[in-house]
Amino acid sequence: MHPGTGRLKRQSTFKRFVEVGRVVLVNDGPSAGKLAVIVEIIDHNRALIDGPTTSVPRQAFPYRNLILTPYTLANLPRAAGSGPLKKALEKAGVLEKWEQSGWAKKLAARQTRKNSSDFDRFQVQLAKKSRRDLVRKAYVKEKKASA
Amino acid sequence: MGRFTEYSVVGRTLPTESDPAPKLYRMRIFAPNEVVAKSRYWYYLRQLKKAKKANGEIVAINVIHEAKPLKVKNFAIWLRYDSRSGTHNMVKEFRALSRAEAVEAMYQDMAARHRARFRNVQILRVAEIEKKDDIRRPYIKQLLEPGLKFPLPHRRTTSKAWYAASRPSTWA
Repeated sequence: MHPGTGRLKRQSTFKRFVEVGRVVLVNDGPSAGKLAVIVEIIDHNRALIDGPTTSVPRQAFPYRNLILTPYTLANLPRAAGSGPLKKALEKAGVLEKWEQSGWAKKLAARQTRKNSSDFDRFQVQLAKKSRRDLVRKAYVKEKKASA
Repeated sequence: MGRFTEYSVVGRTLPTESDPAPKLYRMRIFAPNEVVAKSRYWYYLRQLKKAKKANGEIVAINVIHEAKPLKVKNFAIWLRYDSRSGTHNMVKEFRALSRAEAVEAMYQDMAARHRARFRNVQILRVAEIEKKDDIRRPYIKQLLEPGLKFPLPHRRTTSKAWYAASRPSTWA
């Protein structure tokens, strides 16, 4: 037997688990892009999820269309109702943590980009141009000063 | 067979001079629609009683809704099915939100494991198992372990686009 594979319970290399209280990102259906919590594990394919703060209705959902986030609500009892779940979510401050995460910001940025009109993108193009111009001018000035 | 609904079907044989008020028989039937439910009703009734569709009538057909459709329950289904070589009885257990959902899972399971179609399977009884100790099957028992948790290894993300710029990552 190799060292380290003894009777001691080894820590899993996985960091995110399907478990009661795990905060998940819904990836499909009408609630796509919203956060929810696993309230109860139904079987190997589905869990009961609920998102009282993000208006995700309580429903069975396949893991296939859920993404596990690093947040969990510790000590959430099995099959907790929407009321206690809401309190636990607010106490843990999951939504604030999520909004500050790079992942959520990236998703939001992608969304604004997707919803932008042709004119919006044109304005961005102009803004980028003027920024490049400023940077270039500053660089040339600096170069001349040092030379 | 599509999504199942639980129906309560009530019927009787047509009244005759010798029997002006025939006995009513009620059945709880799982079927994808009312037409199939009524058909199944006559199928069972003519096996159990001296009655058939030609001289009988359906008195009422109603949908039975799940009382608590957001509670996860453990169901046991007793069934009888005709395999290619004989008839067998079985008890299977399912974890589902409703009786109809459990029955749907049962038909899928019977089709997958035993190649048994809807017409070869007769449901004898569907009951919720209230107590944890009454659960017989290990595949349901393992889901009731306190503090159950498991990872989702090797996830395959399906790209919405026709072509992908990079290979998908399959780690968590």
